This record gives sequence, structure tokens and C-alpha cells, in this order.
Amino acid sequence: MNIFVPIKMVPDLVEELSIDPGGAALDTAWMRLILNEFDDHAIEQAILLKERVGGQVTVIAPDAPDVDDALFTAAAKGADRLVKLTGETGSLNSHAAARALAAVIQAEIPDLILTGVQAHNDLDGQVGPLLAESLSMPYIGYVSAVKIENRMATVKKEYPGGLLGEFMVELPAVLGIQASDEPPRYVAFSKVRQAMQTARIEERDLGALDPSGGATVSRMFQPEAAERARMLEGDAGEVAARLVEIMQESGVL
Amino acid sequence: MSENILVITEHLQGRVLDITYVMLAGARRLAEQTGGKVIAVLLGYKAQSLAGDFNAEAVHSYDRPSLEHFSPDACLRVLEAEINDEQPRAVLLGHTTLGMDVAGGLSARLNLPLVSQVQRFDGSNFVCQICGGKIMAEGPLPGETALVTMVPGGYRPEDGRGQTPPILEKQAPGLEGMRVRLSHFIEPEAGDVDIAKESVLVSVGRGLQNQNDLETIERLAKDLRGAVSASRPLVDKGWLPTSRLVGKSGKAVKPKMYLALGISGAPEHSEAITGSDLIIAVNTDPNAPIFNVAKYGVVMDMYELIESLSNALEQEAHAA
Repeated sequence: MNIFVPIKMVPDLVEELSIDPGGAALDTAWMRLILNEFDDHAIEQAILLKERVGGQVTVIAPDAPDVDDALFTAAAKGADRLVKLTGETGSLNSHAAARALAAVIQAEIPDLILTGVQAHNDLDGQVGPLLAESLSMPYIGYVSAVKIENRMATVKKEYPGGLLGEFMVELPAVLGIQASDEPPRYVAFSKVRQAMQTARIEERDLGALDPSGGATVSRMFQPEAAERARMLEGDAGEVAARLVEIMQESGVL
Repeated sequence: MSENILVITEHLQGRVLDITYVMLAGARRLAEQTGGKVIAVLLGYKAQSLAGDFNAEAVHSYDRPSLEHFSPDACLRVLEAEINDEQPRAVLLGHTTLGMDVAGGLSARLNLPLVSQVQRFDGSNFVCQICGGKIMAEGPLPGETALVTMVPGGYRPEDGRGQTPPILEKQAPGLEGMRVRLSHFIEPEAGDVDIAKESVLVSVGRGLQNQNDLETIERLAKDLRGAVSASRPLVDKGWLPTSRLVGKSGKAVKPKMYLALGISGAPEHSEAITGSDLIIAVNTDPNAPIFNVAKYGVVMDMYELIESLSNALEQEAHAA
């Protein structure tokens, strides 16, 4: 099995986000980037499949701050090859990323491509289905379990309400991973450091990006809540007492 | 080219999903701008009765056995033909586990621009909700035909309901050689608590540090005569079963009280709790989007509050 896992770095939502002075983009000056959590699940799913049926896992990412750490962490978990797409990443939307990934991946004749089902900053759709179409492969997303047998993937897809559907997907295919069969494994930092010394990141040129198919943003802003919560102040004891009152008033207690 | 708006309706196991009505309501607003009509597109088998209350000028129905259940492959092929036929101003799909499977493929196949996570339209601008609900992005609806995936929150489902629109039967293109096929559905495991029916939910998210701490949460839920539910990260860690998941791919809940502990309130979660009578949120991040849907908010470490709350409840029980 030749498995590719396209990943990307996204703003850490735990940190405060701000808009740049132009008013149409996020301010990247102090922004901390982390690996898209669904991509973390895609990496885990790829490594689980490799452990079960054998093969090679290549993790591939467009250049971004701290992306090397994410790639080396993937290597420490069991990924075989690391590829970084370098160059001018300014107009890198989902459409441009899918085209750039397709150009690199196509020649490698993949059997399976696993990527996070979505990222919170996707403005022009998700990379998975765009990439699948570029490679003339089938796509299915919201996948939370994958089995491989005889050039066929059996996957579980999530629907609203906790319902699952089991699908048969002909390989080669692109799967949008919501959750891996098992939670992403923990890897000690010493192992990541070891990977930094032994693993190599191959660099490929992104080339001229083609962002067509995306949208132009003219303004970004923080949402104005119609009705923001009434905030309860005070120490834990005071707040707890007030909450009990609220619960009594509303008939919960 | 037309100025019409196509809405790709969604249904599952014989029920129309709420997002369908939200999209119909949004399409109505957009059609007022463009001067076009709202056309609901319905894929299924013997499913026309589902369209009875769509707020649309017409329903285009593709009805055949092979479309009874959703398949991204088949859906792509039908919608490709429908969009080529209609040349609409915009095509609205759900930003859901169904719509997101086909929107990207349509964009690449038909070379049409795509905007995702759109919450509402402002004139002919899209307004989308990104970064877990922390940022809104606005811009002009791109291209001559724009594909849009929509999230709930911008329109009321009631506004997407209307009078029985006329149904036009359309011939689906050949659907042989599908590479993705449904084998069967797997119903959610029975036997566990049905969180959709509980009157009090104590719901935990990423703020929960440790699986063992669930015991404390269970105790609190018991004191409140409720059940424990969770947001996505804890279910993905395997700490709680999927039956306890509140959100887009889990359950929508409507308890008398929803106590959200350490849950940031990403749109996928928040959209599933808006039916609650009372939402109380506790989070260390004062900017967490959960405070935009909660009635009462507390910026505090959830552990600190839980301890005090348990004590206060105990005193209350003794006093009563």
C-alpha cells in the first residue's frame, strides 16, 4: 500500500485571533499554528493501516511555520517519508493546495490518500474532495474507520444523529478522515528529537499557485453575538451559589 | 445563465434534515437580490412527498432506486447534469456530512468557484463563519455560478417552509460504475442513555484533562439528575461512546439545562444545542464562541467551579 497523507497547519484557536490592518485577513504576526486535528487522525489511520497490511506512508504538507515539527512527529509515529512543498505560499487556498498536491502525488501512483475531513479555516471547500477530482479518484468523507482488502476499502461514514453507513470504496481513493480507528498515539519528545536527526524532509517546489475556484474576502470581523451570555463574576463559591439559584429559578432543581 | 438559486436538499432515512430549510430560507433571500427563482433539487427514491413543505418555486426530482441512499459518486454525477442544465447563479449545499462530500468534487469537475461555511448572505455578499466560529469572512459571491456550502445559524428553518411547490421529474444520467457504494447502515448502539431525551445534560469538552475525571462529572450529573454528554474531542479520544456525542455527527439535544464545561463551542457543536431551554457555559477562554449561545457564562477553570458547585448542591439538598 502506497499511502499519502496531505496535512496542513492551522491557527491555534486556543490563542486569541486578530484581524490584520488590511481588514481582510488574519493577522499572522503573533499567530501560533498547530497541525489540523483531523489531519492528525489521518496520520494515525495511515500508520494503523500500514501496521495491518504493510506499505509506505508519505506525509506531505505545504510549508508553514512549525510544519517541520509536525512532519518529524509523524515520522516518530511511523511515517516513512516526509515531503514539504516550498515556495510562495501567499495565495494558498484549498483549490491551489489540491492542485499542487495532485501534481506531486499523481506521479507517485498512490493506492490511498487519507486527509483530514476539514480544517476550521477552509474558505473554499476541503482539500480532500478537490484533490480526488484532480486525480480522478472517488472520495468519501466523515470517515471514522477504515479496513483494506483486495483493492477495496471498507469505511464507516458518519451521518447526523449518530448513524453510521458502511461503504465499499474502490482503490485508489481519497478518504476524508474524521477520526482514526484508535485515538492518535502519543509519542515522546525524545522520539521526535530522534526523528529530527534520522528522518529527512524532501522539499518540492510548489510552483506557480493556481487559486482559481476560491473566493475573495473583502472583510473579516469578529462575530457580533446577537445575545451574549450574561457573565457571572466572583469567586468559585459565589458563582456556584448563583448557579444553584439560577437552576432553582428555571425549575431544574 | 439564469439568476435562479438551486438548493440541494438533504434527507436521511425518510426525514428532511433541518439544514434543508435553512438553505431554502437563505436561497429566498439571495433570489430576492438576483431576481431569480428558488429551485429545490431532490435526489432519492419515492421521496417526492418530502418536498411538500419546501419554500421553493419548483422542485427538480431525480427519483430512482439507485438514488435511495446517499452516495457521493452518484450524487456528483446527477448534480453535474442538473447544474449544466440550469446554469444557476448559485448552488447551495449543506456544510454537512453529505453536502461536503460533493461540493469540492463539483467545483473541480465543473470548474466553478466554491465558498464554504457560509452562514448568511448580505446583499449579494457571502458571510462565512470560520476558525471555529471566532471569525467571520465576507466577500462577493464569486463567478457566474457559485457553489456554496451552508452552516446553520443565519436563517430560521421556519422561513424555509412553504406551500407545496410543483414537482418536475427529471431523468438522472446513467449511474453505472459507481466507485463508492453503501453496504448498509449501522444504527447507533442501543442500551446507553439517550442524550436527546435527557432533561439535564452535563457536557464536557477539551477542558477535561483526564479520563478518570469523568467520575467527578458523572457524580455532578447524578446530583443534577441528568446525564453526561461530550463534544467531539473526548469521543475521538475514546473516553466516551459516540452515543454521548453532541454535535453535527452526533445528536442534537434540547434539555431543560445544558451545562457546558470546557467546551469552546465550535459551530459543529453549538448548532446542536440551540434547542436547550437554558445553557450555562464554563470556559477559561473569555472569547470562546460558546458564550455566544449560552444564557449564562463563567470564565473559570471548570475543575474549580465543579468543586464549589458540588458543595453548593450538597448544601442545597440538605437544606431542602
